[in-house]
Amino acid sequence: MYLRPRSLDEALDALATTGAQILAGGTDVFPALGDRPQTRPFLDITALPELRGIGLEPDHVRIGATTTWTEIARADLPSGFDALRAAAREVGSLQIQNRGTIAGNLCNASPAADGVPPLLALEAEVELTSRTGRRRLPLREFISGYRRTERREDEIVTAVFVPRAMTDARSAFLKLGARRYLVISIVMVAAMLRTDEAGRIDAARVAVGSCSAVAQRLPALEAALVGRPAAPGIGSAVTAAHLAPLSPIDDVRATGAYRADAAQTLVARALEACVHERAKEAA
Amino acid sequence: MLDRVATTESRAGVALTVNGRTVEVPASPAARLSKVLRDDLGLTGTKVGCDAGDCGACSVLVDGEAVCSCLVAAGQVEGRQITTVEGLPAGHPVAARLQEAFLRHGAAQCGICTPGMLVAAVALLSRNERPSETEVLDAIGGVLCRCTGYRKIIAAILDVANEAQPEVLPEGGGAIGARIRRLDGLKKVRGADIFGADEAPADALVLKAVRSPYHRAAFTFGDIDAFLARHPGIVRVITAKDVPGENCYGVIPPFADQPVFAEKETRFRGEAVAAIVGEAAAMAALDLSDFPVSWQELPANTTIDAALADGAPLVHANRPGNILVGGRVVRGDVDAALATADVVVEGEFETGFVEHAYIEPEAGFARRVGDRIEVQACTQAPYMDRDDVARVLGIAPEAVRIIPTAVGGGFGSKLDLSVQPFIAIAAWLLDRPVRMTYTRPESIMTTTKRHPARIRARAGATRDGRLVGFDFFGDFNTGAYSSWGPTVANRVPVHASGPYYVPHYRALTRAVHTHLVPAGAFRGFGVPQASIAQEQLYDELADRIGMDRLEFRLRNALRADQPTVTGQVLGEGVGIRACFEALVPHWQRARAEAAAFNAGSQGHLRRGVGVAGMWYGCGNTSLPNPSTIRVGLKRDGRIALHQGAVDIGQGSNTVITQICADALGAPIARFDLVSADTDLTPDAGKTSASRQTFVTGKAAELAGRELRAAILRLANAGEGATVTFADGAVVVRDGGHERTIALADLPTDEHGYVLTGEATFDPPTSPLDADGQGIPYAVYGFGAHMAEVVVDTELGTVKVLKITAAHDVGRAINPTLVEGQIEGGAAQGLGLALMEEFFPGKGENLHDYLIPSAGDMPPVESILVEDASPVGPFGAKGIGEQALIPTAPAILNAIHDATGVRIRRVPATPDRVRAALLAATSARG
Ligand SMILES: Cc1cc2nc3c(=O)[nH]c(=O)nc-3n(C[C@H](O)[C@H](O)[C@H](O)COP(=O)(O)OP(=O)(O)OC[C@H]3O[C@@H](n4cnc5c(N)ncnc54)[C@H](O)[C@@H]3O)c2cc1C
Ligand code: FES
Ligand code: FES
Repeated sequence: MYLRPRSLDEALDALATTGAQILAGGTDVFPALGDRPQTRPFLDITALPELRGIGLEPDHVRIGATTTWTEIARADLPSGFDALRAAAREVGSLQIQNRGTIAGNLCNASPAADGVPPLLALEAEVELTSRTGRRRLPLREFISGYRRTERREDEIVTAVFVPRAMTDARSAFLKLGARRYLVISIVMVAAMLRTDEAGRIDAARVAVGSCSAVAQRLPALEAALVGRPAAPGIGSAVTAAHLAPLSPIDDVRATGAYRADAAQTLVARALEACVHERAKEAA
Repeated sequence: MLDRVATTESRAGVALTVNGRTVEVPASPAARLSKVLRDDLGLTGTKVGCDAGDCGACSVLVDGEAVCSCLVAAGQVEGRQITTVEGLPAGHPVAARLQEAFLRHGAAQCGICTPGMLVAAVALLSRNERPSETEVLDAIGGVLCRCTGYRKIIAAILDVANEAQPEVLPEGGGAIGARIRRLDGLKKVRGADIFGADEAPADALVLKAVRSPYHRAAFTFGDIDAFLARHPGIVRVITAKDVPGENCYGVIPPFADQPVFAEKETRFRGEAVAAIVGEAAAMAALDLSDFPVSWQELPANTTIDAALADGAPLVHANRPGNILVGGRVVRGDVDAALATADVVVEGEFETGFVEHAYIEPEAGFARRVGDRIEVQACTQAPYMDRDDVARVLGIAPEAVRIIPTAVGGGFGSKLDLSVQPFIAIAAWLLDRPVRMTYTRPESIMTTTKRHPARIRARAGATRDGRLVGFDFFGDFNTGAYSSWGPTVANRVPVHASGPYYVPHYRALTRAVHTHLVPAGAFRGFGVPQASIAQEQLYDELADRIGMDRLEFRLRNALRADQPTVTGQVLGEGVGIRACFEALVPHWQRARAEAAAFNAGSQGHLRRGVGVAGMWYGCGNTSLPNPSTIRVGLKRDGRIALHQGAVDIGQGSNTVITQICADALGAPIARFDLVSADTDLTPDAGKTSASRQTFVTGKAAELAGRELRAAILRLANAGEGATVTFADGAVVVRDGGHERTIALADLPTDEHGYVLTGEATFDPPTSPLDADGQGIPYAVYGFGAHMAEVVVDTELGTVKVLKITAAHDVGRAINPTLVEGQIEGGAAQGLGLALMEEFFPGKGENLHDYLIPSAGDMPPVESILVEDASPVGPFGAKGIGEQALIPTAPAILNAIHDATGVRIRRVPATPDRVRAALLAATSARG
């Protein structure tokens, strides 16, 4: 059975009454299905105009739930989104980016979801809508565990909201995988640095994925960065102790010890990339 | 409001606009678009390689953007413009030029990835007619190709803007050495070639196998009748007791040990215990976990050590110690030689299971025709399939017809049976056509792999750089069934010396049974694993002596007058020295560049250069492996070539025709190809062991010459006469005489031809004695690769910048196809070196099992050395496996050159390289 509502209200009604499985880009749904028959009805949310597109408001940026990675990669967004746009270009392949959506990535809640570190760094909020109302959760609360979210069965994620506080900061995203395309991250890092007039860091945000059940911010590092000059060499500020929030494990892609080690390198490089961008701009 | 939903839901079908036409399709809107395109619209140009977004073979355009049609529900694209490969030329002016460029560059080998590649490229080119290489890589990065190594695909896309010249096929006598396009290429670039899953009778039943979830398990069936009663449309469940003949098959008959269905216990995860056969719709709705079987997990040998341990469970009761076979080649006195050598190095090396990862999962259908059975499936070995299908059905081999489809990559694994026994038994019992298509997980879980190897070896040399001895011991994990384990165990000792003169030599191997997926044939039969050990040790020897690593190899390269480790003196056609010499200028350039880079960089990037040599015998090891070719002159003046060497993408359809054309003296354009079919083509053996160009090619040469002789006899002309082929006639000119023989009125023979040439060739070899001495192969191919890499020492990542590959191919019958083999082999070698390892039970998909993507393959510069083989057709040797062998050791040697660390456990994944670097740093203190 297949439901393709044309409006959000219709979709919310259908979800509440049929227990359908939400289908967006299908890039997680179909691989998970394999060759088993689909037993629950699909609720296809890709025809809902309310869920599409990117809106820049004075105090926030709203990214519709079914905005694809390709749309994000091509969007004209302030520099704080450079990390997210770089992540968009690293999701699978163009074919996957053309279908896969931002909300699908968050709802699937894989530890290796490339969209999560940049959105954690942006302190994004997830908007959930049901027949009974709307609520917003910070992303770090929305993803509550390994492939687990706070979404209730009757809710649709309708948008991702990014507050404007840091959207003009420098940002960078680095992904490490065992091949160039179509690869799940061994480690990925998003970093954001904001500087004051004197060129000193006045706010820093760093998030690391694939090194814990849910991607983590590194608050101790962020605190240690504040006040430092945003200049080449900033990467050396990173110490192993800053990575304490991570708990990397062994899997077929890499050992946990390697992940911890590589995370430190990538974090340092992501910070360097942020100041490099800034240096380029100044020149 | 819900009414609108209800309307959507109650609709029986979907309206799709495909290739410009809108059609109402009676399919579920929830179905994958790929399935609807293929099954409901017959657009089988869209391929399915994984059903999971990982391969891109199913790419189609939706409103001009490439998407994986296996990840789209048909209902999601109603009202959008869908373009499949079949509709590309009509919808996109650039597509026809792109197809032409693919043909020109040899960008399609097996062709299974080609539709996806074309679609992805057209999406790019429609926006950007002159893309950069990076843009091309980004565009095709989502489509995997296992055959080509991508470089010819990239070249074709970049070349699309250039106007194509129409191909002029060479006249009689000009085919050898010509870069003619694949004769079967057009249908590949049109998406019209028929692969295993692309065709079946409309009323075919569908078969799925019930497979063991444990490495080793006992099992009992529940109430199968009740299961059938619960599932209308499912017509039969088949188990071991239903097998009409012997429940046993295997590629080497004396070792045959694999049941179609396990009888009491399963010996590897994925082994079948039952087949469920039913109408397509019922099978699509079936959840296999409904099947009544209960499993009891048993203790399993999952490593070589476990299998060799005292008291380990025996995988086969008749194979004590879990040893399938051992191999042995001994020459001179290696212990004494190493005891007195100036320098000796030694090491332990390990490799894992490697998956063939062809993009086409196994598929086919079978039908019973009276008392015969016909099996149409992808395969590398039609006659072997025929004999084994006959065995499991308990009928005569002649009662079996094997019709190979186009093969979407084989690389050794499609030598073994996969779907064939299941569909043959079901079709035989039910008297209805039955089809089966492996899912990607099923293909990875159950088909043969490259043997994991554990190797200990020592090598010794004199201070002035002469190899004096090599001592090699290797255990090969052969998995649960014999498959090609004996071949690996026997081939490795013959080759483990590498292409060098080694006076004192001992190589011992064992094929060890475990409760894991059977390991079988994979490009090189164990030799690539041995080469990883041997070539790294020779590098160490050179370093210890303080000699340039290439110079060391040059100094020891086997000469035509020196005996090999089996005591064979080849006399002619030993081109290894020429291969190393061809690399010298590249080596100097690359070493200088790497040194300059490293001197200038304080950072974490280090460059290095590595070299490795290779030799590889063409054909079976000391065993007969004849090929027969038939070529017939038809009454209309055309020439029928019965070419039974299955073309799995390597190009035998084209190469064998080129050889036959020149032997006969006829233009290629006169030939009509009759491709492999056991009812139509004589046995040309299996497509493996790099034997088709050599063995079948030789048969084609002899058959061509025989037909020419027959024509001359008919014309009463002498050897020196020229023969011209015309419509309905041949014209023979001998001196001043000219005779036109009209063919239309001549009688035909039992094959329906006016004249037939048929010839068999079996390479001359001799058996090996107890020490492995003798003539295992009539011909060896030689080669050497140089790899340039950059290592990120902080992350342990390795990027290969360039591969330079020199190969002695005897005679390059078709240089484009030879380059294609080299580039594709190098890509697989790169995967073996850097990223590929299969862990049974984990990651049985192309998401976790990584093969190189377009962005991982560097440029490959091929250097063709032609040191003619005295036996091969026009001097030709094999290249299929040769191309892969030296790549991995060259890359590993380059990593060492860059960083000083040796990676003895492949793949050299970032975590392993980084760990080795950290260990080296802490060892230095
Ligand atoms: C070959 C391949 C490569 C990939 N590579 C990467 C990669 O490199 N990095 C990466 O991060 N991911 C990768 N992915 C995963 C996937 O593409 C992304 O997670 C994508 O963003 C998922 O979005 P979707 O719209 O396709 O989700 P869907 O598959 O449609 O849905 C995913 C899940 O979210 C639910 N859902 C979707 N939308 C909503 C919504 N609005 N409200 C509530 N629930 C919803 C669905 O019910 C489902 O459970 C890859 C996938 C494939 C197949
Ligand atoms: S079949 Fe769709 S990506 Fe492999
Ligand atoms: S030609 Fe690309 S997979 Fe065979």
